[in-house]
Amino acid sequence: MSAPDTVAGAAAALAAGECSSVELVRRSLEAIEADPMLGAFVSVRADAALAEAEAADARRAAGDAGPLTGVPIAVKDLFCARGTRTTAGSRMLADWVAPYDAAVVEGLRAAGAVLVGKTNLDEFAMGSSGENSHFGPTLNPWDRTRVPGGSSSGSAAAVAAGLVPGTLGTDTGGSIRQPAAFCGLTGLKPTYGRVSRWGMIAFASSLDQAGPLGHGAEDVALLLQAIAGFDERDSTSVEAPVDDYPAACGAPVEGLRVGIPEALLEQLDPAVAGAVAEVRAVLEDAGVRCVPVRLDHVEAGVGAYYVLAPAEASTNLSRFDGVRFGHRCADPASIDDLYRRSRAEGFGAEVKRRILTGTYALSAGYHDAYYRRAQRVRRRIRDAFAAAFAEVDAILTPTTPTPAFPLGEKTDDPVAMYLQDVFTIPANLAGIPGLSLPAGFAGALPIGAQLLGPHFAEARLLALAGAFQRATDHHRRRPGDAS
Amino acid sequence: MILSATLRAAPAPLSNAEPDTMHIDAAALSHLAELARIGLDDGEAQQLVAELEAILALVDRIQEVDVEGVEPLAHPIDLAQRLRPDRVTETDLRDHYQEGAPAVEDGLFLVPRVVE
Repeated sequence: MSAPDTVAGAAAALAAGECSSVELVRRSLEAIEADPMLGAFVSVRADAALAEAEAADARRAAGDAGPLTGVPIAVKDLFCARGTRTTAGSRMLADWVAPYDAAVVEGLRAAGAVLVGKTNLDEFAMGSSGENSHFGPTLNPWDRTRVPGGSSSGSAAAVAAGLVPGTLGTDTGGSIRQPAAFCGLTGLKPTYGRVSRWGMIAFASSLDQAGPLGHGAEDVALLLQAIAGFDERDSTSVEAPVDDYPAACGAPVEGLRVGIPEALLEQLDPAVAGAVAEVRAVLEDAGVRCVPVRLDHVEAGVGAYYVLAPAEASTNLSRFDGVRFGHRCADPASIDDLYRRSRAEGFGAEVKRRILTGTYALSAGYHDAYYRRAQRVRRRIRDAFAAAFAEVDAILTPTTPTPAFPLGEKTDDPVAMYLQDVFTIPANLAGIPGLSLPAGFAGALPIGAQLLGPHFAEARLLALAGAFQRATDHHRRRPGDAS
Repeated sequence: MILSATLRAAPAPLSNAEPDTMHIDAAALSHLAELARIGLDDGEAQQLVAELEAILALVDRIQEVDVEGVEPLAHPIDLAQRLRPDRVTETDLRDHYQEGAPAVEDGLFLVPRVVE
């Protein structure tokens, strides 16, 4: 029988004895090896993964299986995995082997998952297309002339192409939700502080969050369960109780109020507008009340983000100086030459753009007008969401302005690329959870819709997604389906 | 609606701009590259001036928001720095962490001479 291609399906099949972890992992490794052009992986841990699969099968036989025991998973190459190359998609760390596991990798291991490899990404998580990796671009499995989205490009492509049933990505301005939308997947950015950032290479520390990508809400819930929780090693980790996320997918949604910020939907791509309208209709059939809601100031989110994220990145990436780890230029003539050339050679163009933008925003004479002002706009946006959530339980928006665009279309226009994140950025600024779900198609191209909730309302978002997915089958479609 | 205008196009740089209404020129970029310790060649520098100008024009939208009386927000969740007892809890893993270092000797990182 064909291998179950979802996290929940794989876990169930393993529990029922219908297949072994070795079979699933072997099939995954073969599929990855058969499709190098997709560009979804930076490194594959073939031998280690097979050994872990054998150990998982043995543990299951001994009656000692966890929720993800034996399920093949991959993680974005921004997470440290001990003994494994961890590159951040950059020449700067092209040969760097991590000396420890990230907290989320520890969580996946504790749940029994098998780490098959590290997925490709826009360098240092900076990008919205998957075209900024030192290791080459990632393609969209639905249409290989188009981008999968970014920066969690490989994490999305790998699941959409059936290489692994689930992955972890990171989301700073939309980098889980936007590729999930472009690749027909369910992707969740948790509340800031819900998942530990220990061992996650930092881009923008007040915005970054790790999160799951999978086909459906149950898959995302199983992965979130393995990684959510307090971690004292991350000083921004929050001691909030962890809900039962898989159970939440089946929770009733009748009586919930979902707000739709109608002002944001003007002049939308018709296919995207249609997808949002379908989500609304299906949720209303399930007993949800959809009402208009106001969200002031969120249109300033992109501007505020492209001050704050580059500013924080300029600080975080100052550690890459050729001294302690990463790329060092040959024959440095002086300490300054060491810094300048190691960084010039190690970083790609988008990373340099962002470091310089951030340096500008923080420099003397501009700090108040840019950095401080952006932080004040950030408070406005957070407060706008808080006010909205006094009226509604969740908010529905598009995830992206359009479906996946062609490779190369926006690479010469950084600002056009940045505008991809107009619907996703506000959630990072406010720290609220955001979930993108497959909501329709424009021809053969997936379209996502986004659900936003108050802080720590992941369970509610999963319940809404679960209700939508019981009534629709966009999340069941695969690239190359006859329909 | 401002958001749909945002989606349609980023504002083009002003075509008749006086030098002092532009955000950034070659000298300013050179200064930023110095602060960030990133070596740039002339071609890169020229392109970056244009790109940063476009980015800063996008960013300027934040000047339109009324922030009168609004405090800056550094973190989205109201957190205070957690404290812990003043006890040593780390173990010495220097050799392990230095395995990936470019150049080490006796536990120290080697760099070109700094002090003359």
